[in-house]
Parts: sequence; structure tokens; C-alpha cells
Amino acid sequence: MTAQKQGMNRMAEPLVRFEGVRKAYGAAASGYAVQRLDLDVEKGELLTLLGPSGSGKTTTLMLLAGFEMPSEGRILLGGRDIARLPPHKRGIGVVFQSYALFPHMSVAENVAFSLEVRGVPKPERARRVERALSMVRLETFGERRPAQLSGGQQQRIALARAMVFEPPIVLLDEPLGALDKALREEMQYEIRSLHQRLGLTMMYVTHDQQEALTLSDRIAVFEGGRIRQLAPPRRLYEQPENAFVAGFVGENNRLPGTVRSHPEGEGRDRAIRVMLDGGTEVLARPVDAGAPGSRCVVAVRPERVAVAAILASEMGEDALSARLAEVIFQGDHVRLRLSLGDGAEVVAKRPVGGGMMPEPGTLVSVAWDPAHAHAFAAGG
Amino acid sequence: MAAGVATPLKARLAAAALVAPLLLFLLGVFVLPIGAFLFRAVQESDVAPVLPRTVAALSAWDGAAPPGEAAFAALVEDLREARARDQQSGGGEVARASARLNADLPGFRSLLPMTARRVAAPFEGEARAAVLAISEEWGAIAPWAAIRRAGGPVSDFNLLAVLDLKRDATGGLGTAPPDEAIFRAILWRTLWMGVLATAICLAIGYPLAWLIATAPPRAVPWLMAGVLLPFWTSLIVRTAAWMVLLQREGVVNAALGALRLVEEPLPLLFNRGAVLLAMVHILLPFMVLPIYASLKSLDWRLPRAAVSLGASPARAFRRVTLPLSLPGVGAGCLLVFIQALGFYVTPALLGGANDQMLPYFVAFYASRTVNWGMAAALSCLILAAVAVILAVYGRLVGFSRMRPA
Ligand SMILES: Nc1ncnc2c1ncn2[C@@H]1O[C@H](COP(=O)(O)OP(=O)(O)O)[C@@H](O)[C@H]1O
Ligand SMILES: [Mg+2]
Repeated sequence: MTAQKQGMNRMAEPLVRFEGVRKAYGAAASGYAVQRLDLDVEKGELLTLLGPSGSGKTTTLMLLAGFEMPSEGRILLGGRDIARLPPHKRGIGVVFQSYALFPHMSVAENVAFSLEVRGVPKPERARRVERALSMVRLETFGERRPAQLSGGQQQRIALARAMVFEPPIVLLDEPLGALDKALREEMQYEIRSLHQRLGLTMMYVTHDQQEALTLSDRIAVFEGGRIRQLAPPRRLYEQPENAFVAGFVGENNRLPGTVRSHPEGEGRDRAIRVMLDGGTEVLARPVDAGAPGSRCVVAVRPERVAVAAILASEMGEDALSARLAEVIFQGDHVRLRLSLGDGAEVVAKRPVGGGMMPEPGTLVSVAWDPAHAHAFAAGG
Repeated sequence: MAAGVATPLKARLAAAALVAPLLLFLLGVFVLPIGAFLFRAVQESDVAPVLPRTVAALSAWDGAAPPGEAAFAALVEDLREARARDQQSGGGEVARASARLNADLPGFRSLLPMTARRVAAPFEGEARAAVLAISEEWGAIAPWAAIRRAGGPVSDFNLLAVLDLKRDATGGLGTAPPDEAIFRAILWRTLWMGVLATAICLAIGYPLAWLIATAPPRAVPWLMAGVLLPFWTSLIVRTAAWMVLLQREGVVNAALGALRLVEEPLPLLFNRGAVLLAMVHILLPFMVLPIYASLKSLDWRLPRAAVSLGASPARAFRRVTLPLSLPGVGAGCLLVFIQALGFYVTPALLGGANDQMLPYFVAFYASRTVNWGMAAALSCLILAAVAVILAVYGRLVGFSRMRPA
């Protein structure tokens, strides 16, 4: 798994540890929302739970916050088992989906709520509320009602409210889900910068892989109540450990084929030969592909696909020949839709102004570095 | 351009024309009859047709001293004609006038017919002396003041009476004599029983609404049916069922006796407790449903957010859930209280003499003494109480908040 990171922190105790946690709503026979969870959250990191809707991300957060009880396993906070600790005594900050600001209180009262509950004297309360509001750059909005704020402002207030009592960890459940794209990107940087400035530990839930890649120190990819891979963004993107992660994080060309050889070479050069269904044999990095003869899928990112306006036979043995079907202008880049002989399609990305562009309809050749072509077992 | 303006106007007219029959219907069956009934509270039509000359003669009277000869002469002439008409048609004009005057001044019921009978015979000399010879009472100010007050066409006599007030001969306001001053006490009793019924409904209804709002979806239809069950039987049936349960030989006493918990049957019926019990039973759904609606529309993440911020569940309820469900509580209290003010059958069947509320007296005047004026005036009192409560609620809370958040 994340041997590197865990090796670095072997000495320090993780802030949060899930140990063999399972969760079933109702009877276990009806299935587990969380299948089996072993997960450490290090102090000061921003860990993202990424996965499709219904994969158990919210359930994981609610287990830690104390609103759901695990059916099996232990959850440790700062080394202490918190199974018996009711949610209001856990002192964990939570930013809920759709903010959950108290509509009958002013913004300042919302932010002051946790301090009021803790019996913080009024002058100090006012000071800390002001500091928290200025942290999210809304210091002049204290007297307003939440309904008088825009979505982005409500979001920032929810953040300030969850941080003002200095919790050891803040949980955020799809906090930007309701915002439009531009605002979402702005808020991503804001959260990232708050996280870095304050050294906050955050556990962040999203189903948006772009958001996860932008924000996270580490990403845990969830599917069906399990973690399919836990890695820093770059590793996750470049070395997905299974076809699900490869398909869910970023864009991929998926080419079905059959394994033809055992792995050869070492390290970066380790590769197998795969016969694509179109009839071309290519090299690919084996991830979990099976023995020779078994079906597999080769995944290549569009930005790793090289396109040249010469015939494949002239380009090298691993090159495929294709017909350029369409050129789509996308602002900062150009997408090329290429059809291979057998009806399969490959998409390539090129920066704008990246040299001469062939006309649609021309025959071209397509190739990639085998180190960036991942072979997965088919159906994975 | 002109068509663009004309079309919406035409459409609006067409829409208005479609709604018009409904408006007329409402006006015809709702506003007009109730308005006509309530108008009876101020209408005076019993005395003026019988004693037209007397009423005219008294119009300039100052009320400080008994009136002069002109009024006596007018009275004699009026009574002679009225008696003649009564004998001709067999009608009870004099009786009707004396009933109305008797409501103002006890004693009139015998005084007027007797005077009418005696002045029918011719007499010599001044009318004043002759009338005083029939009864000394005509020498006082009171009977004349009563005739002038009832002279109409409208007066505030009934409206003042239901507030235990009365005008004296000079038109000044005073309190009614103690034996007539019963309505303020009944008004307070009505309001107090409304408050009690509302408070009990709230105390039971809020937890019940909470239970339904947080119950697992499978249980909700059953709980809801339990709450709505009272709606499916008529009010009389439910009230009668309570009689069966609570009477001396009723189910409750039989059960208590069988368990040897009591020696003597308990007097469970014909007291205020029985009335309140049945009222709460009938009114509870009106409390539960609005509160349920406001709890149901509450975002369940809000109390969770409060708990995540360190509030205990009880505190989260007090600071977040309760304030946000107040619109439902307000609507429920308003519904229950206003309906409680109109309860008639339940107190009449289950209550004692001291548990009757204003509507009982409306029915009493309307059907037993056929005093439409008082029945209408008491109805106005109930209407005014409701209006005051609505105004206070609107002022303090505002009706826009009644929609659950
Ligand atoms: N309160 C609940 N009762 C029953 N099932 C639930 C409840 N909450 C979530 N689930 C189920 O658990 C699974 C995981 O849900 P959730 O953790 O909300 O997923 P995510 O947040 O990743 O979308 C889903 O199949 C969902 O239907
Ligand atoms: Mg979720």
C-alpha cells in the first residue's frame, strides 16, 4: 500500500485509525455499506475519500463522527477507542453536505455555537468568532442570516463553524457539491490553503476525481464499501492498482485484448505482450493481468497517446494504424478521436499549438510508451 | 401591441367570470346568512312597531326625570291600538314587546300586558294620572329608559349585555346588576378551558409528532392511522363513547371495581375533567399534524450539526429542533384553541352546570328562549375572541411563518 508514507510515520501514532471496521444498516444479510475498512489518517494530512455515489464514503465519515455505530471493528482517535464516546463528546468538526447552517441564528451565532456549548466566556467567544470569520474572509457578515448569503459564502461559514473550536480533525462531506464549477475551483484552493496555513487534519469526501486530485495529500478510492487504492494523487493517477481506479480517476482509453507472454524486464521496464482484439500486439505494464492466454484490458491515458501523420509501419513495431475521425477543439487542448481498424476507438489529447494537425479522414499512426500502458485483468 | 395588452386582460376577465359563480355561492351560503344572523345582535324590531308614538315622544327626553304627559298619552294610545290589533289577529305584539323589555328590566313581562289591558277601558282626565293609577312603576325613570333603549332601529343593548354592561337612563355606561352579570365569567371559563385543552394537546401532541416524524418508515402509516382515527368517527359518537366509558356503571368504574381498586364508583362524568378529556381526544390530531409537518420538513442534518459542535442531544433539541418546529407548534395551538372555543356538544353531554362554555349559551338563547339578539351577540363575542387571538398571533409570530420552514 502506502509503504513510503507509513514508513515515514512509523514512529508517530496516526491521529485516526480504522481497524477492521464493517458497517451494515439493519440486518447484515442485506449487505454492508462499509465492507472492511483499515485506514490510518495521519496528523496534518488532507485525506480524501473518493468514490461513486453509494460507495460508503458518508457512512465512513458518520462512523468517525459518531452518528453511526460500527457493526464490527474499532475506531481509534488519538490512540483511544471511541466506540462508547457519544458524538457530542468526540470534538470532531463536521461540514455537512448542503452546509446545515442553523437558519434561525445569525452567522455569528452559528459560528459561536460550539463555543457557547463549551461555556467559553462571551468576550473570548466574540474574539474567536471574529478570527474564524476573518479566516474565511467574511468578517463583515456576522449579523446576517444564512439565507442572506450566497452558496459559496454559506460554505465558508460552515467551514468556520467546524473549525472555530479547534477540533483535532475536520470532516467534510461533499462540501462543494452544490456550487457551480468556477466557485468550486475557487473554494478548492481556499480549503487547501486553510489546511496548509492552520496545519489542520481533514478528511474530505467527494465523488469528483478532479477535486480529489487538486486537494489531497492522499486519496482513498472507494467502491462498494471497500478501499480499492490508497495513494497520493500523482501515484494514483499514474499507477492505478486496478481497472476500477484507472477508470474512475482521470480519463482512460480501454483496449481489450489477450495476454501473450509472461512479464519480462525489471522495475520500470517490466512489461508483458498483449494481443489487442484488433490484431496488433503491444507492450504494457502488467498490474493485475493474468497468465498468458487470459483476457485483459490495456488502459492508456489520452495525454500519453502519441499521434503521428506517418504510416504505422514506419513508426515502429508497437505502433497502431488508425484513421483520424474527428478533431475537437477544447480551449486549452485539442482532442483527437481515432478509430482503429476493428471499430475500437482511441482518444488522444494534444496541447493547442502542438505542431501541425492532420486533417480528419487521414490515416495516421498511434503509439505510446509501454510504461504508461497498464494491463488489468478483464472484468476487474 | 394592443392585442398583446388586451389578451391578458381578456384572459383575466374570463378567469374572473369562471370564479364568479363560486364567489357568489360563498357569498350566498356563507357571508350573507352569517352576516344576517350577527346583525341581529344590534337589531331592535320588537318594540318600535308596537309603541311607535311612545318611542317618538321619548326621543327628545333627557332621562334625568320621568317624562311628561305627552309620553303617557302616547303610551296609552299605542297600547290601545296594539291590543286591538292583537285581538283582531290573535298575534302577540304586546307579548313580544314585553319579552324584549323584560330582558332589560325584569318585571316588564307583567307590567306591559297589565297596563295594556287596563288602559283599554276609556278614562277621564290626564293620561299620566290614569297610568300611574294602574301601576306606580310608571312613575320611575327605569321603564321609560328601557323603552327608549329598545326603540331601535339598532342598539348596543345585547352587545353590552354579553360584556355584563348596561346603559342607564341618561345613556351612561355601568355594570349590569350581579344577577345578570354572568357572561364575563363564562367568557373567562371558555378561554380558560381552551387554554387548558391547548396545553394538554401540546404536551401530548409534540412528543407524538416527534415519535411519528422519527419512526422507521414502515411504522409511520400505522402511527398516522392511530392519530387520524378520531377523524373517522363523528363527534357525537366519540362523545357518547366517553359517556359509556365514564358513567357510574360505565366501563372504567366496572374495571376499577373488578380490580378492587375502588370501593365506590368514582364520579367520572359531568365534571370538567371529563370535558377536557374528550376535548383533547377530539382536538389532538389538529395539534399533531402541523407539528409533524414542521418536524418532517426539518433538515435532519441540523440537529446532527449541533451535536457535532458539542451540544448534547437534549441541548440540540432545545436550541435547534424546537425553535425550528415552532411554526408548526403555533399553527397547531391556533387550530386547537380556536376550535376549543366553539365546543358545544362535548361540554353539554359530559360536563356539569359549571362546565358549559359560550356556545352552550348561544344554543340556549337561540332554541330555548328564542332570543336571537342575545344568541347573535354571544356569537359576536366568540368571533371577537378569535379575531383578537389571530391578531395577537399575527403580531407576535406572523402568519408567513406558519408555513413549516
Ligand atoms: N441511514 C441509512 N440506512 C440504510 N442504508 C443506508 C443509510 N445510509 C446509507 N445507506 C446505504 O449505505 C450505502 C452507502 O451509502 P453512503 O455512505 O451514503 O454512500 P456515499 O456517501 O459514498 O454516497 C448505500 O448503499 C446507501 O443506500
Ligand atoms: Mg454521501
